[in-house]
Amino acid sequence: MVPLEYYLILSAVIFAIGVIGVLVRRNLIVVLMSIELMLNAVNLTFIAFSRYLGSMQGQVIVFFVMAVAAAEAVIGLAIVISVFRHRRSLDPQEMQLLKW
Amino acid sequence: MVATTQAVATVDLLRWMPLIPLLASLINMFFGARLGRKTAGGLACAAVLASFAIALYVFWLLPATGMFRDTVYTWIESGSFQVKLSFQVDALTAVMLLVVTGIGFLIHIYSLGYMGHDEGMVRFFVYLNLFIFFMLLLVMGDNLLVLFIGWEGVGLCSYLLIGFWYHDHANTIAGNKAFIVNRIGDFGFVLGILLLITELGRQGIWTLNFMELQQHVNLLSPEKITLITLLLFVGAAGKSAQIPLFVWLPDAMAGPTPVSALIHAATMVTAGAYMTARLHFLFVLAPETLSLIATIGAATAFFAATVALTQTDIKRVLAYSTVSQLGYMFVAIGIGAFSAAIFHLFTHAFFKACLFLGSGSVIHALDGEQDMRKMGGLKAYLPTTYWTYVIATLAIAGAPFTAGFFSKDSIIWQAYSSPLGSTELWFIGWVTAGLTAFYMFRQLFLVFHGECRADEHVKAHIHESPAVMTVPLVVLAAGSIFAGWLGAPEYLWGSLWDQWLQPIFGGVHEAAHGSLTDEINLTLLTLAIGGLGFLFAYFAYGRASKLPDRLASLAGGGPYRLLLHKYYIDELYDVLIVRPFTYCSRWLAQVFDPGVIDGLVNGVAKAARGFSLIWREVQTGNVQHYLAGFLAATLALLAYFLKQQ
Repeated sequence: MVPLEYYLILSAVIFAIGVIGVLVRRNLIVVLMSIELMLNAVNLTFIAFSRYLGSMQGQVIVFFVMAVAAAEAVIGLAIVISVFRHRRSLDPQEMQLLKW
Repeated sequence: MVATTQAVATVDLLRWMPLIPLLASLINMFFGARLGRKTAGGLACAAVLASFAIALYVFWLLPATGMFRDTVYTWIESGSFQVKLSFQVDALTAVMLLVVTGIGFLIHIYSLGYMGHDEGMVRFFVYLNLFIFFMLLLVMGDNLLVLFIGWEGVGLCSYLLIGFWYHDHANTIAGNKAFIVNRIGDFGFVLGILLLITELGRQGIWTLNFMELQQHVNLLSPEKITLITLLLFVGAAGKSAQIPLFVWLPDAMAGPTPVSALIHAATMVTAGAYMTARLHFLFVLAPETLSLIATIGAATAFFAATVALTQTDIKRVLAYSTVSQLGYMFVAIGIGAFSAAIFHLFTHAFFKACLFLGSGSVIHALDGEQDMRKMGGLKAYLPTTYWTYVIATLAIAGAPFTAGFFSKDSIIWQAYSSPLGSTELWFIGWVTAGLTAFYMFRQLFLVFHGECRADEHVKAHIHESPAVMTVPLVVLAAGSIFAGWLGAPEYLWGSLWDQWLQPIFGGVHEAAHGSLTDEINLTLLTLAIGGLGFLFAYFAYGRASKLPDRLASLAGGGPYRLLLHKYYIDELYDVLIVRPFTYCSRWLAQVFDPGVIDGLVNGVAKAARGFSLIWREVQTGNVQHYLAGFLAATLALLAYFLKQQ
């Protein structure tokens, strides 16, 4: 059996990739994908602990997260499409209207 | 000290005395134009008549040693400190009530005629009724705070009425002057009241009620009493036009003549004397203050009388004469003769109101002319006015058995005989009596005798005033004689007056030196100098004479010019106070305010703006930057809590 630490390390690596992706990528779609990565990294942790502790709670929460992530992806992509139609660009660096 | 074991009875009627004029004033204020001039004027007169009737009734009920009180409600309550809106009537207040409402009523009637053709007649009566209301508050209040409301209220009405004809800028200026000079006095008055509260409060007595003050006055230390009374006297000097705050009163003559009679001669200006008499229990404990009051009173009496010698404006002569007579009252207060002071206040109200109303009648007849050089010979045209004027002049000059004779003589005698009096005070009072006789008869001769010097077209229209104006004159003239009979000296039939005020001032003063023969001799001396003043006036002005011109050019005309320009006091104040003050104000307005005050305000705004210019760089609008900050903060917090464990 794979020890818990492996899962956690993998999860942390995926989460870090997700964070960096959100912070540095210049394409909103990739940013959204990075958010998915973070969510799934967390899901992985839940599952690992669920298995490790022999409890079903972690798995239940994972289903919730997946449902919310699905909704978020739908709305996020809809916004992305709308933004693209307006601006012909998906670079978050150019979306700076909301300041002072 | 006076025992304060007076019976206090509650009489709910008292509140209506001030309330009725107030209601009439309010009705006229809001509906006066719709009511019409006649109704509005009638309403105003009726209101004062009602107050007068109540005053008479209360006077009739009032026992010799008692007091009526009417508490409307508790106004301020803070710990054990209570101020009630409460009225009291004792012997002193009763006298003031009769003066204010009685003479006030006569002057209201007179105003019906005098202001009958003025477009602002309704407004005039609104102010006049309001004045009666505040004046009644002033004399009826049973604590210093109610008195103070009345005090400020009459000041306001005075200001409004001086500047009544506001189209003429000079009148507005005169109103401002009166108001501002009074503010200086009131400042002292307020400080005095506050000091009195706190000093008594330090002894555990929190009160402003006159009766309680009188009971606890011995708790105060002598130095504090001196300071308090000095401050209160500053207020009295402002309101009652004493040196150095008298400058507003002559200028106040810019108002309509009934106002000069009511406010600036008979009632309001005597408020200072009333206030000191009301607080006599404080003043008698402060001999230094009393001697200062006597000195200032004597100086004012003499000084104003000398100025009155040369004035040519009919009302200005009377104004300075008022200042001078007020000086007499303060001499009486300064020597502890409060009863005599109030007596002079009482008789003065009659003859000075009569003189002012008479001068108003003259001015009315001459179509607004106030310069005595353009009058003369009016005796034939205005017989009623003339004869009442003669009586009032005799009264103020102190002719035997007129009101002024009794009241002024009583003061002059007590200035000599009282333990606080002195020969110097007597001498000044005596000389001033002569000056008074001279300037009053000078005025009488200039206005009513000799050739008529009015312009031809004015001359054609000279007419005696209507009955609404002459009847009050006749009543006041009668008062100018008989009012004094109440206070006859002991060697005649004794003073009913002193007996009446005995419960209030009793024991305050007793003659220290001087015998009955001295009193009669001094009275004869006073009569002699009065007669001398009359003769002098007769030879100078009663017939064609070069005497006035010769006197004017005496010593190169210097003394004459000095008097004519009122000792240049106004100019002196202008240079010493007004101009430096306006200079400072201008500097503040043009340099300090835009530079420092605005600079401070704008500086704060600019600083805030500068900081935000720096800090707003943080808010880039870029979500990724925010997230980076979010991450950094989260990591920092995480590190912090992990380290804690």
